[in-house]
Amino acid sequence: MLKINNLHVKLEEEDKQILKGLSLEVPAGQVHAIMGPNGSGKSTLSYVLSGRDGYEVTEGEAHLDGESLLDMEPEERAAAGLFLAFQYPVEIPGVGNMTFLRTAVNAQRKARGETELSSGEFLKEVRAKAAELQISPDMLKRPVNVGFSGGEKKRNEILQMAMLAPRMCIMDETDSGLDVDAMRLVSEGVNALRSPDRSFLVITHYQRLLNHIQPDVVHIMSNGRIVKSGGPELALEVEENGYGDLLAEAG
Amino acid sequence: MTATTDLDVREGVDRETVETVQNMGSYKYGWDTEIEMEYAPKGVNEDIVRLISEKNGEPQWMTDWRLEAYRRWVTMTEPRWALLNYPKIDYQDQYYYARPKSMEVKPKSLDEVDPKLLATYDKLGIPLREQMILAGVEGAEAAPAEGRKVAVDAVFDSVSVGTTFKDELAKAGVIFCSISEAIREHPELVKKYLGSVVPQSDNYFATLNSAVFSDGSFVYIPPGVRCPMELSTYFRINAENTGQFERTLIIADKGSYVSYLEGCTAPKRDTTQLHAAVVELVILEDAEIKYSTVQNWFPGDEDGKGGIYNFVTKRADCRGDRAKVMWTQVETGSAITWKYPSCILRGNESQGEFYSIAIANNWQQADTGTKMIHLGKNTRSRIVSKGISAGQAQNTYRGLVTMHPRATNSRNYTQCDSLLIGDKCGAHTVPYIEVKNTSSRVEHEATTSKVDDDQLFYCRSRGMDEEEAVALVVNGFCREVLQALPMEFAMEAQSLVAISLEGSVG
Ligand SMILES: Nc1ncnc2c1ncn2[C@@H]1O[C@H](COP(=O)(O)OP(=O)(O)OP(=O)(O)O)[C@@H](O)[C@H]1O
Ligand SMILES: [Mg+2]
Repeated sequence: MLKINNLHVKLEEEDKQILKGLSLEVPAGQVHAIMGPNGSGKSTLSYVLSGRDGYEVTEGEAHLDGESLLDMEPEERAAAGLFLAFQYPVEIPGVGNMTFLRTAVNAQRKARGETELSSGEFLKEVRAKAAELQISPDMLKRPVNVGFSGGEKKRNEILQMAMLAPRMCIMDETDSGLDVDAMRLVSEGVNALRSPDRSFLVITHYQRLLNHIQPDVVHIMSNGRIVKSGGPELALEVEENGYGDLLAEAG
Repeated sequence: MTATTDLDVREGVDRETVETVQNMGSYKYGWDTEIEMEYAPKGVNEDIVRLISEKNGEPQWMTDWRLEAYRRWVTMTEPRWALLNYPKIDYQDQYYYARPKSMEVKPKSLDEVDPKLLATYDKLGIPLREQMILAGVEGAEAAPAEGRKVAVDAVFDSVSVGTTFKDELAKAGVIFCSISEAIREHPELVKKYLGSVVPQSDNYFATLNSAVFSDGSFVYIPPGVRCPMELSTYFRINAENTGQFERTLIIADKGSYVSYLEGCTAPKRDTTQLHAAVVELVILEDAEIKYSTVQNWFPGDEDGKGGIYNFVTKRADCRGDRAKVMWTQVETGSAITWKYPSCILRGNESQGEFYSIAIANNWQQADTGTKMIHLGKNTRSRIVSKGISAGQAQNTYRGLVTMHPRATNSRNYTQCDSLLIGDKCGAHTVPYIEVKNTSSRVEHEATTSKVDDDQLFYCRSRGMDEEEAVALVVNGFCREVLQALPMEFAMEAQSLVAISLEGSVG
């Protein structure tokens, strides 16, 4: 599904290398987790994959189902099935959450040559999915993320993910700021989406999320590279001992 | 926006034209109607003024009124204080009167109107048949498409083509007709109110309009009547090298209410065209007028060629206590916009509101705002202005708030936001504030920002292309004003915002 090979990324504006030869492969149907110290480049990876401006790829490549991601516009990557749940979701004043969602859903359908959803169909679907995530009708009407609490913003990201039904879901610290119940809701939402042709890349600092969403592989990222990969037990090790030993061991 | 009509237009022809329209690029109203026109000779002089008056079958007092204005106009000079840069206008190099030949003998009913004219309005989505308008507003997803009646007066170049729902309105005592008809049929009202809000001598463009205005709309709402439907006028400039000078007069008598909409479009032409309108609103005790404009005159092409020069004087006089007026404008068209819809808050506790979206893209220049003149006690005014500049455009908000010595305990609140798209455009805010008593308060807030890259990326990461993303973010920025529009116009205005920003990114 997602294949990243020797990715080198620097900031466009300054001479600062952030990703330094990162390689990673997430096969279809699998859930991979990325853990790593603050500043190791996890969010940068997610931004570069989804096409944000300000980064320069100096080496390496990334493919989604064989298609080279890095040559595509952000909206083309979205239409190809890539989705990023943001670590810091963006507020858009004056734009109703529902309007935003419908514009996004229909833009992707149009890009894929499908017919647009009627407002009736859309409404039905969004209401059902919002209810599962306990997102109130009021929150659907309010401007996108404006005045949402931290946890509400994260749930809203998962609602978008559920509506857009991407094949490759990247979640950047979706668990940060969630209370225990919200964590369960979000995990249930994610687990419901798990399928043989959908993959997840879950960036997190906490093993707790991985109790709910069982990863197939856990990667440890440090200083712009994956330094170690292993099974779910790797997350437990981080939780207990921190990164010190792991990083020392990786050199 | 409109339900299908029963217009007798040959189908094949229409489809072809529609396709041509769609191929014309971003200004979708840029086509013209090939129609046989009757023109007055080019230029303006006393004979032309007399001719216009005669063509409209006006009484002598009206002819005299026009001539007086004309004689004053020749002594005046064109104002140049606005932040607008345009070549000298040759007032003798245009036509001041153009009407479709078929309108020479005024059609008695729509069945007698030239089908080409009807087709023009049909293509514009303007209902000349009496019918329901279907509307749904973005954001109000739950609202089902609902039929509402809107009465239309359609002005094509210099003449009114027809007014709908007249009979039904007459039952309520409402007069809604073209101003030329009002001059003939309701001289007492016209004599009493015409020029009473915007005097002949007001300013260069208003004075010119007073001399040569050819048509426009007239509304009278009797005391205590809530107008049973929305009223609207659609102005269409079609003829080349022709100025349009329309005149609108609306009188809301004591305790009455009316909501009035105005829409404007013009064909794409590479020469500029002059439009100088005057709108006068008279609001008596406890009455209220809502006046909404969606101005989409041709803005000129990407290189700044052609477009409408839009010099408009709009003013509301809240003559009675507790009178209320609300101006809402969405200004997306015109090469040059010079327009300051104003409120004279004469009555005690009268209220004026001004909601504005002004979009300037490519080489457009807009200098627009409002004047709130507080004369009565406890008067209130509110200004919400959203200016969007893109391309090489310049957008100026110019607003005046005055509190006269007598206007004690009055309040004004002004919110003025500018949004810049790209780095070659400009936004300017020029507030003038005069407070001449100690109990009144004026608040002014202004912001200028660039369209936010993070917001655009967020939208694009969800699958919207850059233009869609910009349109969405800008519509959000304008939301407060869009919400002030009647539902019939809100949707249209939203898509207009998107259309007028096409090509502004990337
Ligand atoms: N636009 C930028 N300008 C300057 N430095 C940047 C920029 N973007 C990223 N960085 C730097 O790159 C490094 C990686 O940042 P990134 O946000 O990818 O880390 P992270 O692994 O997601 O951290 P966290 O766990 O705290 O979310 C950090 O040192 C950060 O300061
Ligand atoms: Mg991060």
